Amino acid sequence: MYDIENYYEAKSVEDAIAHLAADEKAEVIAGGTDVLVKLRAGKDVGCDLVSIHEIPELKGVDRLTDGTIVIGPATCFTDITNDPIIQERLPYLGEAVDTVGGPQIRNMGTIGGNLCNGATSADSGATMQTLDATLVLQGPEGSREVPVTEFYTGPGRTVRKRDEVLIAILVKPEDYIGYSGCYIKYGKRRSMEIATLGCCVRVKLEAVDAKQAEAGETGGTQDSSTTRREDAASTEQKDAAGSPALPGAGFSLADVRIGYGVAAPTPIRCRKTEQMLKGMSADDPAIYDIIATHVEEEVHPRSSWRASKEFRVQLIREMAKRALEQAILRGIGKGTPGAGDFLPVELEGKQKMRETMTQDTAEVARTADGGKDTGCGKGGEHHA
Amino acid sequence: MAVKTLAAGKAVSIMLEIVHMTVNGEEKELAVDPRESLLDTLRNRLNLTSVKRGCGVGECGACTVLIDGTAVDSCLYLTMWAEGKHILTVEGLKSPSGELNEVQQAFVDEAAVQCGFCTPGLILTGVELVNSGRKYTREELRKLISGHLCRCTGYENILNALEKVVGYH
Repeated sequence: MYDIENYYEAKSVEDAIAHLAADEKAEVIAGGTDVLVKLRAGKDVGCDLVSIHEIPELKGVDRLTDGTIVIGPATCFTDITNDPIIQERLPYLGEAVDTVGGPQIRNMGTIGGNLCNGATSADSGATMQTLDATLVLQGPEGSREVPVTEFYTGPGRTVRKRDEVLIAILVKPEDYIGYSGCYIKYGKRRSMEIATLGCCVRVKLEAVDAKQAEAGETGGTQDSSTTRREDAASTEQKDAAGSPALPGAGFSLADVRIGYGVAAPTPIRCRKTEQMLKGMSADDPAIYDIIATHVEEEVHPRSSWRASKEFRVQLIREMAKRALEQAILRGIGKGTPGAGDFLPVELEGKQKMRETMTQDTAEVARTADGGKDTGCGKGGEHHA
Repeated sequence: MAVKTLAAGKAVSIMLEIVHMTVNGEEKELAVDPRESLLDTLRNRLNLTSVKRGCGVGECGACTVLIDGTAVDSCLYLTMWAEGKHILTVEGLKSPSGELNEVQQAFVDEAAVQCGFCTPGLILTGVELVNSGRKYTREELRKLISGHLCRCTGYENILNALEKVVGYH
């Protein structure tokens, strides 16, 4: 039993708004995965709920003739990820919301709720920022459009008035056609986790010269990307291998958009860094250096029990680099599905660390044994 | 009209509302308090106690039921939303002859049950996967059961059981 006073199941958007306007204590409930959890925790108890759960017009994804994608705010995360329009046009958004909670939560929680809850850690937040999505709010006085970049006013606060209902999320064609992107979530677990940090990078690549681009593609970019990823775990190896070729030869960055969650009290964009990157060659190592040095000037991370400010700054630098590289790889059709899953990369790193440790242990053992082979030096034998 | 007392001690009047839903294949017409979660209704009004009350905030998955074939946490689902929907709990899996469902049998065969608290929810996720008609890799299964917490088994036998019914052989 939830500690609410009254409950109303709205029949339509207008019906919901009328009930919200008439009752000062009334709050909107959609999927319930935030509102009901808050109630359980004793927040907002005694409020009235106006449910928009059963309004079909708020669900589903559509593409208008002018190319605008209309996302129904009451569409649950699973339906977003599985939607053919999302899969074809905004796959990185589908990927991002596929990291929310667990499967059951994704079957209930809605993308509109994810935004209206106002949390900086919302997994759709960073991606929506890079999409420059437009939110359509309808209230008793009519409807208005708010850019998602102006939607948040603080932690858990948005410009949405209590009696307004988010009725559509619009993504304009110029904001997604020709773009590729990648969302990376960092958390300690792979599911049932609130993001310690979320980062979405989207790029629009432009062939500098068609022939050059072709030549670049045969240059084994896939291999070099693997090398680079390993480099992240071991700088030593990078020095040994020299500077490997970066993906995207023959292309320039016509546009770059960098969005973060948990890098500030609200989801944010890093527009200054984006401006610096625009027009640069996609395989120029300097683009990663620019990210490493400049994004932190635009973010305001905090220390919390999840992570210290210092660790978050490190994540902010590293995740944007990885997301940018993956976005470029995807742009040239060489991306890795599921690359947004930060943890496997980390596990790879851990695996490497374990291997290195095994060798080190063997080394120590050998030294202690006066240089004699102790028989435990061969790749984790004594581990097994 | 039923008079209920809130935690704050304030007495309010809440009308019971009528909800129609099909539970385990049977059509039900129930008078429920609109503040009830589906978990409350299934356990307290219909005595379907396979549906477990765990964390109450959608983290443990013990209260998982299938609503129109989709797994949801019934603790975070208001009964009012179940109007006209089909609900399946583990009680509804038993065949007329009393045989176990193939997912249940696989859990028995693979010893995927210890204390049993997470089992009904996991079985239902298994049934959802069987109904999808496709096969899954172990890695996919790991992600698909990530909304269920099991503190006994370490998940290995649960994954073995699920692989038996929806894995590649």
